[in-house]
Amino acid sequence: MTFHVPLPLSSPALPAVVVTNLRRAYGDRVVIENLNLRIERGEFVALLGESGCGKTTLLRALAGLDPIQGGRIAAPKRPAVVFQEHRLLPWDNLWRNVALGLPAPDARAQAGAALVEVGLGGRLDDWPRNLSGGQAQRVALARALVQQPELLLLDEPFAALDALTRIRMHELVRELVANHRPGVLLVTHDVDEAIALADRILVMRDGTIAFEHRTNGNGPASMARTDLLAELGVLTSHVPA
Amino acid sequence: MRQPSLICVCRFVNGTVISGLIVLSNLEQTAATVEFDRLKYAEGLSSPAQRPDFRLGKRSLQLISWLAPVALVAVWEILAQAGWLSPQVLPAPSKVARTAIKLATTGSLLNDLGVSLLRAAAGFAIGASIGFALGTFVGFSRIAEAAIDRSVQMIRAIPFLALLPLVIVWLGVGEAEKIFLVALGVTFPIYINTILGIRQVDPKLVELGRIQGLNALQLIRRVVLPGALPSILTGVRYALATAWLALVVAETIGAQSGIGFLAMDAREFLRTDVIVLTIVIYALIGIAADAIARWLERRLLAWHPNYGGTR
Repeated sequence: MTFHVPLPLSSPALPAVVVTNLRRAYGDRVVIENLNLRIERGEFVALLGESGCGKTTLLRALAGLDPIQGGRIAAPKRPAVVFQEHRLLPWDNLWRNVALGLPAPDARAQAGAALVEVGLGGRLDDWPRNLSGGQAQRVALARALVQQPELLLLDEPFAALDALTRIRMHELVRELVANHRPGVLLVTHDVDEAIALADRILVMRDGTIAFEHRTNGNGPASMARTDLLAELGVLTSHVPA
Repeated sequence: MRQPSLICVCRFVNGTVISGLIVLSNLEQTAATVEFDRLKYAEGLSSPAQRPDFRLGKRSLQLISWLAPVALVAVWEILAQAGWLSPQVLPAPSKVARTAIKLATTGSLLNDLGVSLLRAAAGFAIGASIGFALGTFVGFSRIAEAAIDRSVQMIRAIPFLALLPLVIVWLGVGEAEKIFLVALGVTFPIYINTILGIRQVDPKLVELGRIQGLNALQLIRRVVLPGALPSILTGVRYALATAWLALVVAETIGAQSGIGFLAMDAREFLRTDVIVLTIVIYALIGIAADAIARWLERRLLAWHPNYGGTR
């Protein structure tokens, strides 16, 4: 039985996370078995899969939120997470929310810079309840990135947003990831979202990674979409182009 | 006139007394409806500016809410002045006011008031600290809950005033007995509401705090206690009320100073005006305590949509 193992400290060549032979079970029910995964810094990985296939369980294990029953997760430092809900503290203003967990001295300045990055500069002293869903989610992104994570875990962070806001968020996330270059694992239901954002798309089935697709220079997006939908069991046969 | 004929049919079909009553009330209703329609019609003809305003503004409603008790006091004054109320039973408000001024300037009223407030404050501070500490402990730890909670709940089932004779045997009739009683009354509301508040904190926010790297102490300070605060402050409001009640009882049983002593002393000499004055003072301080609690809620819970104003 192994738990989080810190890798030797930051060298750009090191991966953001390496998972070997991961096993995760609730009592007798095995959810993840023999799962291997490696995410490089600056790499954007999307994880697709049917409901209940263990996507979120994997993400929670990577975040260190749940104990694992076997294998090894090696990460240089604590990952940052953005959930489907913004999880902002309603009793703290925006900068204090973003600075949650930052060591004190210039926390406000750092939080302010992060808020500028997500387009909410100048609202440091505003309150979460005055934000729209998209704005709240942007604050949650700022809170994750201000920690300078080497691994960023996104658990369906755009699922509750309307279509237009979601497109804007996609652009923002792409920009932020390009600037900060963390390794990213995005758990999503949305095949198009995965294609739009990821360098590499994984499909999870039966507690392990069943299919892998690299989007860069791997044919037109429509092909990828058809392949992925087939892998997810939505299309039974490949439709000729 | 379609409606009355309908009523006739009704009466024919079930000609009992009950249905007759129903029909009667129906008839009234119909008449009222017709009147209302006529009004509406007239309104439609007149210009909007002439339309009579039936609804009272917020201001006037507030004015009425204050005028009513003032009128009550005025009636009391008039009855007392006219000799309808014996001064032995209920002295006039003006007499009570004069007594208040006299006692405040020449007597020991301010000193007694100070003594009472000090007792309340000391008892409240002790009881609230114990209640909060125990509540926090039990709220966080299942082991603490198993060890403490049942015993506390059993003691809580005793009306705390029933302990008074025992407390007097233990501590005698003195400051300690009074402060103890107040503390006892304050402990339980704070204890219960602290536990409740901690249990109600959103576990997703606690999880988020852990992800952001907060240690246990930071987690309590930044996430759990702020989340529990609405409930804790509700406990404070309850506790203020019980603190006051405990103090009145303790001071009435036996005291050499304080508002309750003033009242019992006045009873010896049938000074109804002083007794009424002490009652009024108790009431005013109760109102003040509640106002303080509400002010605390407004300040500390400004973020909360149900408490703070717009911000």
